[in-house]
Amino acid sequence: MIALLLRDLRLAIRAGGGFGLGLAFFLIVVVLVPFGVGPETELLSRIAPGILWVASLLAALLSLDRIFALDYEDGSLALLATSPLPLEGAAMVKALAHWITTGLPLTLAAPALGFLLSLAPEAYAYLLISLLIGTPALSMIGTFGAALTVGLRRGGLLLSLLVLPLYVPTLIFGAEAVRRGADGLDPTGALMLMAGITAGSFALLPFATAAVLRINLR
Amino acid sequence: MLEVISLTCTRGGAAVLENVSFKVAAGQALILRGPNGIGKTTLLRTLAGLQPSQSGVVDYPEDEGAYASHADGIKTALTVTENLRFWADVHGAPLPDDILETFDLSDLRDRLGGTLSAGQKRRLGLARLGVIGRKVLFLDEPTVSLDRFSVKLFADWLQNTHLAAGGVAVIATHIDLGLDAPELDLTPFKAADDAGGGSDEAFL
Repeated sequence: MIALLLRDLRLAIRAGGGFGLGLAFFLIVVVLVPFGVGPETELLSRIAPGILWVASLLAALLSLDRIFALDYEDGSLALLATSPLPLEGAAMVKALAHWITTGLPLTLAAPALGFLLSLAPEAYAYLLISLLIGTPALSMIGTFGAALTVGLRRGGLLLSLLVLPLYVPTLIFGAEAVRRGADGLDPTGALMLMAGITAGSFALLPFATAAVLRINLR
Repeated sequence: MLEVISLTCTRGGAAVLENVSFKVAAGQALILRGPNGIGKTTLLRTLAGLQPSQSGVVDYPEDEGAYASHADGIKTALTVTENLRFWADVHGAPLPDDILETFDLSDLRDRLGGTLSAGQKRRLGLARLGVIGRKVLFLDEPTVSLDRFSVKLFADWLQNTHLAAGGVAVIATHIDLGLDAPELDLTPFKAADDAGGGSDEAFL
């Protein structure tokens, strides 16, 4: 499993795109929003939690179709399926690798970009925590979606349609936690619910992903 | 080592081969013959467990099967050594020192997978079989895009290393590998058109 994780990370770094793409997209969206909304810091700081969460969600979505598609095309997926590595484990490792290449950089970059949106100072800690807890769920749910569409050409659109509704709870609780933090309220409830989604998706979706992959490999 | 009893395999919900039965003893190879579309690939994928069979028994030691097709699973952004080491690690096997020499890859060890020619990629894909230490190999057209020298190289490895160590290989190929192995013509096993009564597997 560690071998697969290291390989995926190495591929993401070498092939480019993997690491930079999501982060660059996140940066562009967040930088463009103030131009579109206008220079009202009051308004910006009110919508900042939502913007940051929507942007990181879309950035995570951007690289989802690469999770399995490349391995499917060059045959590695069939070879992995016949290897001693359980497909459930492979699915979890794939999600983890996706998180390390997109979710983690996004989380670390978000506070700097929150500054651009004049996010309330009290909210920075909660922005970091909510992204740290929430983005793994985005990767795991996305991995499941990627497995569903793996055999399809141009499956990207279908993938987005399948995955975006499943992202909604994470988005709601994530943005809510940051907003409550900004308003000086207690965000624990939202954070707990989001942690529940993450834990639940990591507990269940590897099995669903593996089952779907087995069908798609037939 | 490998025993197949009245296996019926399907593709896209329709049976393609019916009642296939054969036995391969340890240290033996079996060559599958038959025209295009007869179901050689389907049979090999079914044997390897990549797709379910409609009926029948496939018996070989658990976790000993390996499948290789024209898709070698080579990562273009990894070097030859890294590609092999990955598969060795996944299978928890050490990387044999002489594997690169065996498949004539020594000069290419630090080249990226993406810069290899089709034949070199094929050799790398076959070298994977020497790395993973599996006993029962299911090979689908292993010699595509190999030159005559490389075919000999591969046949020698198969005979002197894999089979000599008690391994088994089922090979679908159209050329003569020069192996001393029985051949199985799949034409008599071709399923009748309405066989299986229209499974709904394609929709499952």
